[in-house]
Amino acid sequence: AAAFITFGGQLAHAAAAETEEAIKAFSGGAMPESGKISLEAPEIAENGNTVPVSVSVDSPMTADNYVESVLILAEGNPSPAVATFHFTAMSGEAAAKTRIRLAKTQNVIAVAKMSDGTTFMDKKEVKVTIGGCGG
Amino acid sequence: MAAPKPRVKVPKKASKGEVVTLKTLISHPMESGQRKDKQGNPIPRKIINKFTCEYNGQVVFSCDMDPAVSANPYLEFTAKVEDSGTFKFTWVDDDGSAYTTEKKLAVE
Amino acid sequence: GGWSKLMAQQGLSEDTLLSMEPKGNLTLVHITDIHAQLKPLYFREPSINLGIGDVNGLPPHVTGADFLKLYDIEPGSPDAYALTSEDFVSLAKTYGRMGGMDRVATIIKRIRSERGADNCLLLDGGDTWQGSYTANKTLGEDMITVMNSLEPDAMTGHWEFTYGTDRVQEVIDALPFAFLGSNIYDNEWDEPAFEAWKMFERGGSKIAVIGQAFPYTPIANPRWMIPGWSFGIREEDIAKHVEEARAEGAEVVVLLSHNGFDVDRKLASRVDGIDVVLTGHTHDALPEPVIVNGTLVIASGSNGKFVSRVDLDVKDGKVAGYGYRLIPVFSDVITPDADMAALIDEVRAPFADELSRKIGTTESLLYRRGNFNGTFDDLICQALLEERDAQISLSPGFRWGTSLLPGQDITVEDLHNACAMTYPAAYRSQMSGQTIKDILEDVGDNLFNKDPYYQQGGDMVRVGGMGYTIDPNKEIGERISGMTLLATGEAIDPAKDYTVAGWASVNEDTEGPAIWDVVENHLSKHPTVKLPDNQSVKVVG
Ligand SMILES: [Mn+2]
Ligand SMILES: [Mn+2]
Repeated sequence: AAAFITFGGQLAHAAAAETEEAIKAFSGGAMPESGKISLEAPEIAENGNTVPVSVSVDSPMTADNYVESVLILAEGNPSPAVATFHFTAMSGEAAAKTRIRLAKTQNVIAVAKMSDGTTFMDKKEVKVTIGGCGG
Repeated sequence: MAAPKPRVKVPKKASKGEVVTLKTLISHPMESGQRKDKQGNPIPRKIINKFTCEYNGQVVFSCDMDPAVSANPYLEFTAKVEDSGTFKFTWVDDDGSAYTTEKKLAVE
Repeated sequence: GGWSKLMAQQGLSEDTLLSMEPKGNLTLVHITDIHAQLKPLYFREPSINLGIGDVNGLPPHVTGADFLKLYDIEPGSPDAYALTSEDFVSLAKTYGRMGGMDRVATIIKRIRSERGADNCLLLDGGDTWQGSYTANKTLGEDMITVMNSLEPDAMTGHWEFTYGTDRVQEVIDALPFAFLGSNIYDNEWDEPAFEAWKMFERGGSKIAVIGQAFPYTPIANPRWMIPGWSFGIREEDIAKHVEEARAEGAEVVVLLSHNGFDVDRKLASRVDGIDVVLTGHTHDALPEPVIVNGTLVIASGSNGKFVSRVDLDVKDGKVAGYGYRLIPVFSDVITPDADMAALIDEVRAPFADELSRKIGTTESLLYRRGNFNGTFDDLICQALLEERDAQISLSPGFRWGTSLLPGQDITVEDLHNACAMTYPAAYRSQMSGQTIKDILEDVGDNLFNKDPYYQQGGDMVRVGGMGYTIDPNKEIGERISGMTLLATGEAIDPAKDYTVAGWASVNEDTEGPAIWDVVENHLSKHPTVKLPDNQSVKVVG
């Protein structure tokens, strides 16, 4: 029997279109390139109610060259929005971690916006499973 | 709901220019607004929607949160510190309440 | 009979089993997945062990005659008996039981005396404290006592954690050696919860041993028993520890892993600088290392059937050569260590009468290991159907569980070897046809995902009362078809509810009698077990 995810209820998952829309709204229209940003999450969630995700972006984080923000999306949730991290030159590094809800197996997406307006993206599939069995 | 209780992990000391790691937690159900109670009535959304960390009055890091952030929101991030000072952490609830806590750091 | 047994065993002697051309200055001794088997036993290796995607047809996904051919092993030989399911019943009668921790003690003592104790490391891959009646009754204390007397240098774990946080912490605090878990973090502040790795000095060299517990422990087993700990593969942590260890002067880096074979094969291909992976969890026994990216991946079997000896020649700060022997523990050939035999008798004494109590007889070979229904699980599924009055039964595809030969009595000990665990409740509930399919698809994907990092090891959930077809190479949602209720021959209706009985649920609130009581009650009504080959699962693709 499956573990309960606190979203509950009958859910339609976020359409790929809605996720793409959220990415473009964040990037200012362009689809982000890959590279610079790395998203880490477990391959299989231990608990869909609390899945650790962390991002880090390659940047000198100086006053004129830094990472402004990182958008986290979950494309299989009822709504793709998860969180947006805002960094400053005082952050020192563009790295942050949080814990998120995943209603089912899906891609988690992270998009970084640099101070020059360019955007970069990474994604990782996280499986949400019922568990049981073993060797 | 019990009053949300913030907890933070901040090093006591750092050297000048060091990038320190900060960890924060706040007890909060992050009610998504998408659940129903036993009678089938929707449970209204009530989440922490904003977190800010300042150091000596300047913003270091902030985060906008949606209902997909887990209950008891956890945030880990970094700060580059040049002088001794005080970190101020603020969480803002959907009802407008703000919860804060502070921690001092000595830069040597 | 006795004569042919004697003839066959003439080729076997303790010396031929244990002697090995020594190599270099350092020896790693590896044993894993003992599953609390203190006494010699029968354990039939799988006849089906599918490899998906890139690993299709590669060891350990080779069984039976193909395995014998691959490793040039003569059919009917002792190695053929130990390593495959070919002709199992007749070879078991010839070569006898395997394992027994008193025999294992003899082997370890001999290696230490030949190589010098200061030149050896004894490493335990975990799944050590669980899997028998006595381990369950003593919360693993019998195994802990026995293993401590062997003086291991380090261990990692998986089923150990099913004794719960408090018990695990209590035991680890008192262990006279290291319990290593690079991939175990505390859930609250995301900080390492266990010692990740340890440096040893042996044979004049510095050896770093990194421990890796089973990454999916809180998924495959009840998370509520260890709520404060998070696991995962955390490949980047292993890479970091390899770097730290090398920086501190490690000449040899060993990963003591409970990842499972395919996960370790992928990990070794991606993380540089590991000399030896001692793998566990998937219970594979391979007579030769699999070499990946310059790393030796060693698979030492399960249930105390084998002990691995890895000799390493460390020169100029690195491994220059190796020797390897997968030592099969033939219990009739290897002399039991007298001290260990006495200790085993002592820990078992309080339970001796119950252990040997006969509850049935089997006319068929009873075994579990294999990707799909084994006959021991068919017995459990049958018991669940009848005793819990269900239409369909589910039994987990554990890779532990010993075998019984046709004609053997079934004792309390034998039954518990197949089901001793800390969450044995046999539930009974209503599930829709769709839910049952979703469960099969989900478990199937945890076994047959093309990416090893998404695999959890173990075998397919066993099913009673229902047949189905599986295409393991398909994607999740598309593997399972043709689900049929065996009692009526009708197709399972996704919208209809069925009464399902099962056991080993990972949910905290599971209710029902212990599975061993269910099976014993069933045996009291049908004391003679006769199980034809199970034809209800069809594998295609
Ligand atoms: Mn095991
Ligand atoms: Mn295991």
